[in-house]
Amino acid sequence: MLMASALVLFMTPGLAFFYGGLVRGKNVVSTVMYSFVSMGVVSVVWVLWGYSLAFGEGGSFIGNFDYLGFKGVSSTGTDIHGAGTPDMAVAIFQMMFAIITPALITGAIAERFKFTTYLVFLVAWVTFVYVPIAHWVWAGDGWLFELGALDFAGGTVVHINAGIAAVVAAWLVGKRRGVDRGVEPHNVPFVILGAGILWFGWFGFNAGSGLASDGLAISAFLVTNTAAAMALVVWIVLGHIHTGKMSGVGAATGAVAGLVAITPASGFVGPMGAIAIGFGAGVLTFYAVRIRHKIGFDDALEVMAVHGIGGIWGAIATGIFAVGGIGLVNGDAKVLGYNVVAVLATITYSFIVTFVILKILDVIPGLGLRATREAEDAGLDVSLHGERAYVGDGAD
Amino acid sequence: MIKIEAVVRPERINLVVEALIEAGVGGYHVLNVSGKGAQQGVEVFTGRGATTTVRAALPKSIITTVVKADMKDAVIEAILIAARTGEEGQIGDGKIFVSQVAEVIRVRTGEKDESAL
Repeated sequence: MLMASALVLFMTPGLAFFYGGLVRGKNVVSTVMYSFVSMGVVSVVWVLWGYSLAFGEGGSFIGNFDYLGFKGVSSTGTDIHGAGTPDMAVAIFQMMFAIITPALITGAIAERFKFTTYLVFLVAWVTFVYVPIAHWVWAGDGWLFELGALDFAGGTVVHINAGIAAVVAAWLVGKRRGVDRGVEPHNVPFVILGAGILWFGWFGFNAGSGLASDGLAISAFLVTNTAAAMALVVWIVLGHIHTGKMSGVGAATGAVAGLVAITPASGFVGPMGAIAIGFGAGVLTFYAVRIRHKIGFDDALEVMAVHGIGGIWGAIATGIFAVGGIGLVNGDAKVLGYNVVAVLATITYSFIVTFVILKILDVIPGLGLRATREAEDAGLDVSLHGERAYVGDGAD
Repeated sequence: MIKIEAVVRPERINLVVEALIEAGVGGYHVLNVSGKGAQQGVEVFTGRGATTTVRAALPKSIITTVVKADMKDAVIEAILIAARTGEEGQIGDGKIFVSQVAEVIRVRTGEKDESAL
């Protein structure tokens, strides 16, 4: 469990590199810091009140304050989660999911969002959006859990949630300046390294979500790898059909899309289900990216196209391909129906509450969503962080 | 004294440097630059390899040297041979700019003009 938690934590710096490579060289430190700082802020929030509100027995909507500051969360007992592993290990594992989810959103707002406001957003968003949805889906008394929706490792809680919040955030912060010609990723090896680290960490994310080192974890490991691989192949083949070339960034994007889609399904499908889910994820996210470019909406790093669309497909596909007589392939549409409810509930709640949080932050004196025009033109690295990602030895 | 600046393909710069040394130049410097000429740049992706491309400037190298007037033709001939690709040469092989230099001064000794080259 600790091993899986460490793997999931490592996804956040992986995401930082994935996103960092995709932006312009003047905004790398900023983009990397959006992710890295979440390891600081959200870890503190989780220990102080996040875990308690997510997993306390408060009712179907949200937890309570019983476990503030991890009070009563035992490193040996299993009273809270009743899992085969101590409660504190489950709480640590869950902390890593809370860290990466808001970091995913930052792909939409990269290169322009004000960093100080972002810190406040992290606290508010984890508290008011992430924590309730995590409670609905994963807490024993959460309403979606009781309904019977199946989300093994966080397709709704993490990916759809982040995708929808990304749409709202990109919309409210507005389009970047000077990107009409398109932005060429400044460091493609970073993108691929980041995607590789995400892939590696995702074994903790999915194989760890059974909360035990058993056959279920082994199966989750295999289907995770298979879906990522299939979606990667679909992306480069479709890319070649449409552009005549096989892009490295496209391969990295495809792999991440496959990982996203298999996340909710990873405990419930077999290897052939994973092939189907990876294939569907590749096709859907590829065309989602093309559509996003056509309409010009500045979700800078494709959070909605990859995590939102990939996540929604994964949640629905879980209902289709789940084995053990509960999937549509076995003639049972119940889980599919429950998961559609979970998707719609997540979309609605995430959209509305993210919107309210950002609207409030925008009008608080001294905050505001957007960095100044001068800061954006000069690059957020020097303007907001006082650092440059790349410093030459020569003229300066 | 003549300044010769040659824009050449980066993959040819080492051949050009060898040719200049062979021709007897006293020194040179090289800049790696990007630009567009008749070759019109190269297509790169801005849409994840799924869509939209832009034409980016191509990498080029500029080699600059200053020589005595009587070496001009030999140096130009050396660059032409070293930088031209294929039998007939191709678009993108580069361009040579030739200009007069009024004065040259060696920093170490203060020597002037041809003795400073």
